[in-house]
Amino acid sequence: MRSKIVLALGLVGVPLLLRNLYVILFNLPDEMEQGPVYRIFYYHLPAFFAATLCYTTAMVCSILYLVKKSARYDAIAMACTEVGLAFAAVNLITGMFWGRISWGIWWAWDPRLTWALICWLVYFGYLMLRKAIDDPTERAKNAGVLSIFAYVSVAITWKAIEWWRTQHPGPVLSIRTGEQRIDPAMEQMLYVNTLALATLAAIFVITRLRQEEVQREIDALRRYAHAL
Amino acid sequence: MRTLRHAAAIAWKDLRSELRTKESLNSSLSFSIVVLLLLAMAFDTGSEIVTDYGGGILWLAFAFSSTLIVNRSFAREMPNDCIDVLVASPASGASLFLGKAVAAFALQSGIQLICLPIFGVFYNVTWWRNPWQLFGVLLLGGWAMACIGTVFSALTVNLRLRELMLPMLMYPMLVPALLASMTLTNYLLMPGAMPPDFAQWLRLLIGFDIIFTTLALALVETILVR
Repeated sequence: MRSKIVLALGLVGVPLLLRNLYVILFNLPDEMEQGPVYRIFYYHLPAFFAATLCYTTAMVCSILYLVKKSARYDAIAMACTEVGLAFAAVNLITGMFWGRISWGIWWAWDPRLTWALICWLVYFGYLMLRKAIDDPTERAKNAGVLSIFAYVSVAITWKAIEWWRTQHPGPVLSIRTGEQRIDPAMEQMLYVNTLALATLAAIFVITRLRQEEVQREIDALRRYAHAL
Repeated sequence: MRTLRHAAAIAWKDLRSELRTKESLNSSLSFSIVVLLLLAMAFDTGSEIVTDYGGGILWLAFAFSSTLIVNRSFAREMPNDCIDVLVASPASGASLFLGKAVAAFALQSGIQLICLPIFGVFYNVTWWRNPWQLFGVLLLGGWAMACIGTVFSALTVNLRLRELMLPMLMYPMLVPALLASMTLTNYLLMPGAMPPDFAQWLRLLIGFDIIFTTLALALVETILVR
């Protein structure tokens, strides 16, 4: 069943990604002030949305684990955090390339960039914490608590774009600002590419979840063999 | 009321134990002075712009030294399984956390009060321009470090690499509070009127304290129960 879901998501997500790439490169016009470099934006922002979606799911699953004590929720939280970290890295790296071309520097200690980096470091700490604890129940419990704490940094990163008016461009999407700040065709492509990257993230999460479950089965068998 | 009474008993126990042994107090104080000394060599302390980054230097010293204090918060309960006795006692997880955080906060505040005049001497900074506001920032930033540090101390107390994991988890989480404390301290060290974003940074620091204290009180019971 799960492999069929992955296949279905792949059949939707991969053609959508390829179609988006074609439209972004060949159909959409250059931006008036930035020129062709603005196209990075179609991957920079959707990658952030995909990462936020993963972190939110991880936080919800962590709460569910702490309430219901089902190891499945912990495994989903772990898979979502790993995939979220990868998409957050895409967000940071694409932003750095855009910054190098537009601002002339790879990195600016702008509050919005800084929060995104802090958020990445906090979730990297989450994975380090998991590695440092051997007992599965203790690991799931402590990681669940940390995931809830870590989500505060996601909320700050989300709001940083409004709280600090600095070098990083401000919010542009009409659903957030309430007014049309970019061309509707460009905004629509952003949503479509967010959908494509979110589908890709779902495929990665399901695949990583399967790996984690197999790993847990192996660990349980190993413990059983030691007990014998 | 009962929670506060238990918290006060735990805080008093921790403080008395620390004042008798001085195991983290001495190391923390000497470490913060060493950090201030080393950073004084890295920067031009004769320059007038030292007030632009003085807050950063001061809070870096406080942040480094605070890990030595909070690291001992729960670790001191590990010998003879004292932690299990505390968890089994009538004191709730929230009062246990509150007591330990208050003890860590009191120790940190003592170190901050000693370091502040030393900082003034090393860096030629007039730190008493706005003393009450500065003490307010020290209290808010100090509580942020004590609160986050105590929770993560409970989270990492059983780990093999506790001394490494605690700062690795604590510092990124603490950055919003540290950044706000550094900026506010810089503003308070500078002569003249306060910049317009002073209130924004102050709100961030207060918000951080409220959010993380609430989260810690709600989740510490889950961390402690094995």
